Amino acid sequence: MKRALLAICTLMLVTGGCSHKSKPQPASIQPIANGTAIVESSGGKQIGYIGMPLDQPVVVQVNGASGSGVAGAAVNFSGPTGVTFTPASALTDSSGQVTSTVSLGQQAGRYKIVASTPDASGKKLELPLDEIALGYQQTLGAQLNGQYCIRCHDPESTPLRVSNMDNLSVKPHPFTEGDTLNKISDADLIAIISHGGPALNKSAEMPPWGYTLSKSDIAALVSYIRAVADPPYESGGLVYAQK
Amino acid sequence: MKNQLKAVWQFFFGDSARAFGSVSLILLVLLAISPAKNHFSQWRHYQKQYLHLIRGRADAVTLERHFQGGIQQIWIPEQRVTDRCTTCHLGLKEASLADVSALAFRKHPVVPHSLTEFGCTTCHRGQGAATTVEEAHNSTEQWEQPLLPAKYIEAGCGQCHLEKPTATPFLNQGRDLISSNGCTHCHTIKRGDGTYILPDDDPPSLKHIADKTTREWIYAWIKDPQAYAGTATMPNYHLRDDDARDISAFVISQSTALQPPIQPGQTDTKPAEDPAAGTSLYGQSFCASCHAMQNAAGILVGGNVGPELTGIGTKAKPEWLQDWVANPNHYDPGTMMPHYRFDATQVATLAGFLESKTEPDLVANVHLDPATSPQIEHGKKLVVENGCASCHEINGIKKPENFAPELSRIGSKPLSQLLFVEGVEHTLPGYVAAKVRSPRAFGPSLKMPQFNLTPLQIDAITTALLAQTDRSQTQPPAMRIASVQQTKYEPAGHAGQLMGDLRCLTCHVINGHGGDMAPDLTWEGTAVQREWLTQFLKNPETLRPALIRRMPKFNLTDAEITTLADYMMTVYQTPQFDRDSLPVSEFSPAVVEQGRQLFYSKFACQSCHIADYAKDKGYIGPALAGTGKRFYAAWIYHWLQDPQSLRPGTIEPNQHMTDDEARSLTAFLMSLNATGSKEATKK
Repeated sequence: MKRALLAICTLMLVTGGCSHKSKPQPASIQPIANGTAIVESSGGKQIGYIGMPLDQPVVVQVNGASGSGVAGAAVNFSGPTGVTFTPASALTDSSGQVTSTVSLGQQAGRYKIVASTPDASGKKLELPLDEIALGYQQTLGAQLNGQYCIRCHDPESTPLRVSNMDNLSVKPHPFTEGDTLNKISDADLIAIISHGGPALNKSAEMPPWGYTLSKSDIAALVSYIRAVADPPYESGGLVYAQK
Repeated sequence: MKNQLKAVWQFFFGDSARAFGSVSLILLVLLAISPAKNHFSQWRHYQKQYLHLIRGRADAVTLERHFQGGIQQIWIPEQRVTDRCTTCHLGLKEASLADVSALAFRKHPVVPHSLTEFGCTTCHRGQGAATTVEEAHNSTEQWEQPLLPAKYIEAGCGQCHLEKPTATPFLNQGRDLISSNGCTHCHTIKRGDGTYILPDDDPPSLKHIADKTTREWIYAWIKDPQAYAGTATMPNYHLRDDDARDISAFVISQSTALQPPIQPGQTDTKPAEDPAAGTSLYGQSFCASCHAMQNAAGILVGGNVGPELTGIGTKAKPEWLQDWVANPNHYDPGTMMPHYRFDATQVATLAGFLESKTEPDLVANVHLDPATSPQIEHGKKLVVENGCASCHEINGIKKPENFAPELSRIGSKPLSQLLFVEGVEHTLPGYVAAKVRSPRAFGPSLKMPQFNLTPLQIDAITTALLAQTDRSQTQPPAMRIASVQQTKYEPAGHAGQLMGDLRCLTCHVINGHGGDMAPDLTWEGTAVQREWLTQFLKNPETLRPALIRRMPKFNLTDAEITTLADYMMTVYQTPQFDRDSLPVSEFSPAVVEQGRQLFYSKFACQSCHIADYAKDKGYIGPALAGTGKRFYAAWIYHWLQDPQSLRPGTIEPNQHMTDDEARSLTAFLMSLNATGSKEATKK
């Protein structure tokens, strides 16, 4: 009987659609203060991997009317099924901040997580944040990006990896540049990567990779470029991991 | 009550006709149970839901045509796969279902393997033959292998992939960490192909440790290695003060003097007068390519091939430092550190510089009385108990065999054989991760020490360990992608000895053996001209302006350089073509000009390479301004046509150029005759 019940519960959870929360809401903590605004301090728009904790914790700050941090305000984190927060709710520290480690769910895609705090009237102030989870194909793309593309396509330099972007006469698009890259179709992106810039009448400084990388490698790169686009790439496919 | 029961009995079984009717009815009901169970089974429910889902879609007809009712099964006997997952997961192959919200019906994300060839449980685990959600996904009394959490999914890949697939960064990182943390000094981990994961952390021998450091430093170090250097790989044994005292006493007591002995501080050689000379010699010698050191701002700068040097002056005795800098082979013939040919002043300067890098706080409060023999005896007992000799060579202690449990099949370990403690998730991944995270949480008397790992590193190691399943060990050989093993290549003869002394293979790869910091030299003799090689060995110029790790100057003698150049030019030649097969004299000025056009326009090589220091800026690839003096034309010509065939893994893209294009470009590149590096050209 117990097993049957359990099975039905699992069934409802797996298929049951959107109305069911997988976990009961954590008992809310009693705030000792309220803010008038909640803002991101750091940790939004990170690129992580399915099921893994994000590299950096998410830090949000609750501000008062004066615009400075409020200590002791309650902050609640919530997100789609599979996203976990440690802690899921907490009171702000003396600088008005709450830090939470976020693990993303099992599907690749974008996760909208929400940090919220009640204001003095009990109204919920919400701060939505986007995080990105890479699946198998996007991870392959990310790795290839790190090996072949990043030196020219990423303006950031580190001591071990100096960016070559400034040495090029036509500046390459960083892969996060959704405004431009989202308008290029998959077929065109594949053509540019495979045959170089001239394939689409663009700069020859983009060399052809079709004789160095396999077709599936290039497809993986495209899936990575789509995954990290900002604003999000919206043609077909899943953009926001759904509840 | 009794009468009532009697009446009921009479009603059903009063006479033979009633009894017959009743028994038949009961039989009928009993017979209906099984079909009813089948009818109301979970998977039918899913199939109904699926049909409901696809009927509302534009491509309903196609999807319905693909749909097959009833229990579905993928059966691959040679892989012991009997998976019925596709009974409920009906949309796995349907491209149009990539966006459905119900996970159960969504298309499988793109992976290189097909369902029909590999099944589901090969990668995901779980119980393939089960037909209920609970039994298929979770662990039950009869089935202890639940689905692998997404976090550790790369462990599925690692069962067959013993090499390092590009798409599995965590698995690869985990395997690297197992080697670099020396886990396999104590634990045996056998791969499916019969090879072993070997440690590559190279813990030092303690045979002559008293020549190198003091008992006080050893005491402070073994109490907390990370207090000396944050990057230290030696784990923390959480030793009590007395135990650390006794172990340090024993280790020092076992140390014998190096033969021939280290010369006491050479007072006749003074370091260079200039106080900055040490810093600049450290920089010029590219010590930071391998060693990290905190700079004035407290930021760690440098590589991780050798140990961190931030507090080396507190650790090493001055005369040992001098001896080591002069020739590391004397103290440790197995070291990865090259033998720089420093002169006496340079030795004194560099050793003096390193001596000044101290962390006095570390040993300031360590006061040890002379050791007594019971203390030394107790120290010996602790050294044996803690398995110190698994990693370190210690006089009088044998390396213990199988000191810790073998982990070759840890990924299939039954939960019933594991001892869980409170706070540890009751799953295999939970257990393994907890054990790596904090081994002593499983009991204070356990021997495994505390390693210094970040949460992501713990997950990576867990992933690599979970890949060590029964399946990984018993997989048919055809299923395995073998690990890339380092060869045992050693250069031969007199030049080989010299290359060994210089530790060329710490950074360079030759014939599949060596480090990955510097270019592969396997075909160097076909690539470069002898005069250039000689000059480079004498005074290495900057070839890649953006790199901070560069070839150091070893101060080689002319005779040594001749030996090396002779050997490399003769032995390291590719069989693919003859380096003299394309004489430069064949190139006409017109062809050179054609090559220049190709270089700057069609192939835009200047994006990554510098042909002319005055106007080109690209610095991903090596500067090419001196190509005509550096390379053989035949090498350039073949390289341009297929770089990966000459150096697998090079990031230079294959541009698929025609024969003529490659010839013209070669002609142009061979016409570039600038000498020296950018700095030299500017002067």
